[in-house]
Amino acid sequence: MDLFKFFSRNKGSSKDVAKDRLKLILVHDRVNCGTQVLEMLKNDIIKVISNYMEIDEEGLDIQISQADSENTGEKLPTLYANIPIKSMKKRT
Amino acid sequence: MSEVIVITSGKGGVGKTTTSANLGTGLAVLGKKVCLVDADIGLRNLDVILGLENRIVYDLIDVIEGNCRLKQALIKDKRYSTLFLLPAAQTKDKSAVSEEQMKKLCTELKEEFDFIIIDCPAGIEQGFKNAIAGADRAIVVTTPEVSAVRDADRVIGLLEANDLKSPALILNRIRIEMVKRGDMMAVEDVTEILGVDIIGLVPDDEHIVVSSNRGEPAVLSDTSKAGQAYRDITKRLCGEEVPFMSFEENSGFFSKVKKLFSSSK
Repeated sequence: MDLFKFFSRNKGSSKDVAKDRLKLILVHDRVNCGTQVLEMLKNDIIKVISNYMEIDEEGLDIQISQADSENTGEKLPTLYANIPIKSMKKRT
Repeated sequence: MSEVIVITSGKGGVGKTTTSANLGTGLAVLGKKVCLVDADIGLRNLDVILGLENRIVYDLIDVIEGNCRLKQALIKDKRYSTLFLLPAAQTKDKSAVSEEQMKKLCTELKEEFDFIIIDCPAGIEQGFKNAIAGADRAIVVTTPEVSAVRDADRVIGLLEANDLKSPALILNRIRIEMVKRGDMMAVEDVTEILGVDIIGLVPDDEHIVVSSNRGEPAVLSDTSKAGQAYRDITKRLCGEEVPFMSFEENSGFFSKVKKLFSSSK
């Protein structure tokens, strides 16, 4: 019994894992946006931003998550992008 | 006033047919005139759960194609005279029926019965579309698992897009000891994610297997926990307010047994 407790404490309860995974899956299901679309979007964003600045493509993180809408307080799917900038491009 | 209720889930194997059989039988116990419709063309099973598999002469397709009258295809239950089954065809497939034909069938059944319960096939293709076509309301069955909840969410979206607003949820196969351990999502977790109202909480119960072996729905058993849960749902369907079953009592019993074992060590 103690052994079980030890393990469950270490890993956290599996229901929380299930819940977190579900939330993420459903955000994608509901907006009908698969990883493929996200990958295409990511590449397009890189293309556009690269016109203006040099970005760290390795550190780039784009995902859809759920966020509270400022107006209604409703949960809405939100595109979240974290794009580290290396340097600005010199304008010619 | 009669009502057509479709029992659906998206995912297979979560208990649609068992739920349909138990709710239909439970409503008949309450004196309602009930018709159970097996919409799973090609994979009929509702007859087996009800123990009526030997009585089938005509089926849903025969009615729709005009090979027989509706009344000829309806099979009267062994136990309750107000309960009838319209079995699915086993030799045809889902494309043998159209949404319009199902609507017409439901309208016809509504003249005779208080409740028409439609057992929807798994999936979201033609069979699903047919099953929901004539429904007034929907009940979504799910289990506390990631895949089942995901499919339930998908189905809820499709139901709402087809004017079946605010479907009610039955959370099936709850294992309270796992919920307590934090290894199974609790009711609140599932409702928070799906954002729909709960109409029933059904514990995981060995009795369901026994009752399907025998062809006698668990709702008729006084000792089955799941049977009690189904009785509560049928009352809710009739508009009665019934508090949700306390799972605490159950766990109290388990903890007593556990204590008994640990003290004997």
